Amino acid sequence: MFEFVVGSPLNIVLILGAVLVAAALLIWVERRVLGFLNERLGPNRVGPWGIAQSLADVGKLITKEDWVPPFADKLPFIVAPIIVPVVMLLSFAVIPIAPGVGIMDLNIGLLWVLAMAGLGSYSAMLGGLASNNKFSLLGGLRAAGQMISYEVFMGISILGIVILSDSFNLREIVEAQHKHGWFVFPQFIGFIVFVIAGLAETKRWPFDLAEGESEIISGFNTEYSGMKFGLFFVGEYIGMLLLSALIPVLFFGGWYAPFGLELPNAIISGIFWMCAKTGCWIFFFILVRAALVRPRYDQLMNYGWLVMLPLSLLNLLVTGAVVLAQGN
Amino acid sequence: MNLLFYIAAVVSVLSTLIAITRVNVTHALLYFILSLISLATIFYTIGAHFAAVLEVIVYAGAIMVMYVFVAMMLNLGHATIDQERAWLKPTIWIGPSLMAAPLLAALVFVLLKDTSAAEMGHTVTAAKQVGIALFGPYVLAVELASMLLLAGLVGAYHLARK
Repeated sequence: MFEFVVGSPLNIVLILGAVLVAAALLIWVERRVLGFLNERLGPNRVGPWGIAQSLADVGKLITKEDWVPPFADKLPFIVAPIIVPVVMLLSFAVIPIAPGVGIMDLNIGLLWVLAMAGLGSYSAMLGGLASNNKFSLLGGLRAAGQMISYEVFMGISILGIVILSDSFNLREIVEAQHKHGWFVFPQFIGFIVFVIAGLAETKRWPFDLAEGESEIISGFNTEYSGMKFGLFFVGEYIGMLLLSALIPVLFFGGWYAPFGLELPNAIISGIFWMCAKTGCWIFFFILVRAALVRPRYDQLMNYGWLVMLPLSLLNLLVTGAVVLAQGN
Repeated sequence: MNLLFYIAAVVSVLSTLIAITRVNVTHALLYFILSLISLATIFYTIGAHFAAVLEVIVYAGAIMVMYVFVAMMLNLGHATIDQERAWLKPTIWIGPSLMAAPLLAALVFVLLKDTSAAEMGHTVTAAKQVGIALFGPYVLAVELASMLLLAGLVGAYHLARK
């Protein structure tokens, strides 16, 4: 039997492989589910049910000419698409998947995720700025404004959890939930704000104003083609996967089974429940994409600063007051 | 950890130098971000994990984003690059550099002479200790900083008012 230790080479290879394969599959799953929701079939030609569609896409993207527009600013143009997948994969290092399964057991894990999310915003900004194209610049500006705003609420909304669990360590947060129950109940407002802000951070529907293909062509990635565009695309899906894994860890008890439905082996049970919870959230985000319309940019900003910020601050204040009153 | 510290230190010094000498504002900002990240790595190697991650969140992740945002808003073209190039002539920077060189030499001399430094990377400062220090002995500094931020906020509100 394998011995699972956090940070062992086996862990690193397995998790990295699983994340990349899941991100590639996710592209197909999303297109297929969206297809059914729109009463069409979606990609169903490559392999059984079209499951190998992502492989065909990668083949197409790699064989495409790797073109840099002559008017673009070369250095940032090439650096920009690399940032987002790298940063998202680095964030995955601190996600606890099961006892002993994970890449890093960092005492500042939660802050690490926030730091990586902050760096991830450079991808869209630099891409938009370096393309030297009006639509790209508009997309980059939108991305910058949106991400720097929603990062604030995302950070504040999870401070309630830090107060309750007394730690920035994601593993300790999961253990604290095993002891005190899921944090989604005492931190319901924080949970709502976190999901919305996280969705805005990944720039997914309905917060994809930075792309806004009906207004600004394709926003910050207008000038990108081939695998450079592919990196932006994969980065977005890894980001969605990360968010879907982070929500169970922070609010839904991580790898611990709900209602005592444990499987016999602790590690297998942990991996199963973590994947199941992550899958539910992925499915939720796909449904959100099919259901909602994109807001106007000023609506997005007003909503953020006038609703989300006061709500998250209030949540923090009340949580702190209650914990203080109970005397820890 | 020692090797990591020296690599990060070299990257930090080099990227800062390159950031100063770039004429293109976007490139300068990129190198500046690199310099901040390498500074965070240095913090991490000497055991200040909390400071390291705050360095990335606050400086590299928020303040530099604002800088890039402003660079995008102004959308500076070739005119500013030419202007920067004109300002970066040797006649302008050689005088101050010559005067600053002895100071650098003195600093390096002092650093090399000082052998009292403790072995690094053995004590890790937890977030809790940072919080206790900030709201214990340094609470006045925290309050002053918050008042400065409030003044900035009020000023920004006044400027943005129609």
